[in-house]
Amino acid sequence: MTLVNAIVQGIFLGAFYAVLACGLSIMFGVMRIINLAHGDLAVLGAYIAFVVVEQTGASAFVAFGIALPVMLALGYLLQVTVLARSLKAGILTPLLATFGLSIVIQNLLLIVFSPDVRSLGGSAGTFTTASWHVTGELSISALGVLVLVVAVVVFGALQLFLTYTPAGWAMRATAEDADAAELVGINSKAVYARATAIAVAVASLGGLFLGIRSVFEPASGPTQLIFAFEAVVIGGMGSLWGTLLGGIALGLAQTLGAQLHPQFSVLAGHLLFLAVLIARFGSSRTILRVAR
Amino acid sequence: MKVQRWTRTSKVFTGGTGVVALGLASVPLIFEPDVVQKLTNLLILVILAAMWNALAGYGGLVSVGQQAFIGIGAYGTVFFAGMGVSPYMAMLLAMALAGAISIPISLFALRLRAAQFAIGMWVIAEVMSIVVRLDKNLGAGTGISLIQMNQYAPNFRQAYTFWMALGFAVLFLAALFFLLRSPLGASLQAIRDDEDAARSLGVRVASRKRLLFVLAGFGCGAAGVLVVANTLFIEPGSVFSVQWSAYMIFMVLVGGLGTFEGPILGAILLFAIQTTFTQGGPWYLVGLGATAALFALVLPRGLWGAIEDRLGLRLLPVGYQVVSSDIKAEART
Repeated sequence: MTLVNAIVQGIFLGAFYAVLACGLSIMFGVMRIINLAHGDLAVLGAYIAFVVVEQTGASAFVAFGIALPVMLALGYLLQVTVLARSLKAGILTPLLATFGLSIVIQNLLLIVFSPDVRSLGGSAGTFTTASWHVTGELSISALGVLVLVVAVVVFGALQLFLTYTPAGWAMRATAEDADAAELVGINSKAVYARATAIAVAVASLGGLFLGIRSVFEPASGPTQLIFAFEAVVIGGMGSLWGTLLGGIALGLAQTLGAQLHPQFSVLAGHLLFLAVLIARFGSSRTILRVAR
Repeated sequence: MKVQRWTRTSKVFTGGTGVVALGLASVPLIFEPDVVQKLTNLLILVILAAMWNALAGYGGLVSVGQQAFIGIGAYGTVFFAGMGVSPYMAMLLAMALAGAISIPISLFALRLRAAQFAIGMWVIAEVMSIVVRLDKNLGAGTGISLIQMNQYAPNFRQAYTFWMALGFAVLFLAALFFLLRSPLGASLQAIRDDEDAARSLGVRVASRKRLLFVLAGFGCGAAGVLVVANTLFIEPGSVFSVQWSAYMIFMVLVGGLGTFEGPILGAILLFAIQTTFTQGGPWYLVGLGATAALFALVLPRGLWGAIEDRLGLRLLPVGYQVVSSDIKAEART
């Protein structure tokens, strides 16, 4: 029964990783770059929600409603200022530039918020601690279900956006071939900026869940980035639904690893990631794919 | 028209480097131990910068996980010393271990591209960090001291460590220098300039990259050895920290990616910054991160690249220059 419980908890944890990874997957699918500051942007989103909660006493979810437009704007700005420039300079420059950005965000957070550990758990309402004890061993938490539902909704919404809206078509066309898309009148710069804005906004949703599920601090970003990247790679780079499955696979590996020994949790996830990398040998389709 | 390798400047400077190395060797005889310790740190930074530049500047491999090899060097030293090997012998063994481990890792890691390689290496470093934390004999998460060094008087210990650092720095810089000047070097610089073009001309890109990766494994291992020899205490949280990668990236980007002299300049700059802002602190790291990002975007070949391009100055001859009889045309190789 503990095994069943571990699997259920693994799926919930994995849904959280999938939300974290979603933005990374979008940016890689559309622009073929990995934003090494992705985890720090998620944590920044959590801090913005935290500030709103502190100032107004609102619920964490309401606070996120205020953080969301800020993060959308920030994503847009990130693209037009830093990423647009680095995209032109080859495949290594975006990595270097976003790594520098990651250090800047982490340490600015440290200056503003001190290294203290924060949480949004207390301000998210009582239901986040509610759980349904099916049997003695198996318990299903309301928060876990919420994260899973939100994850499916987010990925579903992106699927609908990419399949049925002109903006989504433009994004897929740009992902396939930016130059050809330009020829038919698509402004790839605007598409990239939109994709980054969506990616950063979804990342901050991941940050919100991080803050409600557990705690965060200025240095939390890199770990979130690693988990998000692992989810993207396990699911297949460039595949949107793959990222959701990859996140769940990572969550399962971690909770099942923890069954063997508490300290094997993260290790098991890393090993699954490395095993997938070895199996794929780094070759995979790298453009945005959606289910047909 | 002829092709030349040596210019007067580079002859003078290369001779000068020998003199500088000899001068540095006398540092422990002149200065106080705390100065010697700081200069040992500088030499560690020089080695790290040169190795990261070998990977990224010549192999196009951006690694965020070279701290894996720093950790192997540091923990390897403690491990071998704990087995009763004399500390300095343990250090050589640990460096060899780091180099040896880089070979199997390269078989897997070099198949990855760009971000996959960068984060793949990072995860490898994280895995090593977790494994060390699980091992009580290596001090688990709380760290471990290199107590075997207590058999040497502090002054002598500091001097030996400095000479070792100097020896390693000279060894790895010379290895890179002669590698770049050898026939292999031409292919490495071709890969630096355009990997696909180099491949189409028959350059064996994969085996060249492996060479650089293993060299960097040895070099970063040596740096790890020096870290533990210099501080006598290590913990997984700091020795496997991604901060090392941040420093390497800063030094190489600011100094000059893909230039031989640039990373050394970058190391000296970082050392000067660290010595000025002794408190460290977040603002200093904000500055480092922002500067690195700015250089990546605006001045991708760093300060030294800009100096080379403007002045045609080359202090250590790793390339060739075309000199026509009447006009002094210079071409970057």
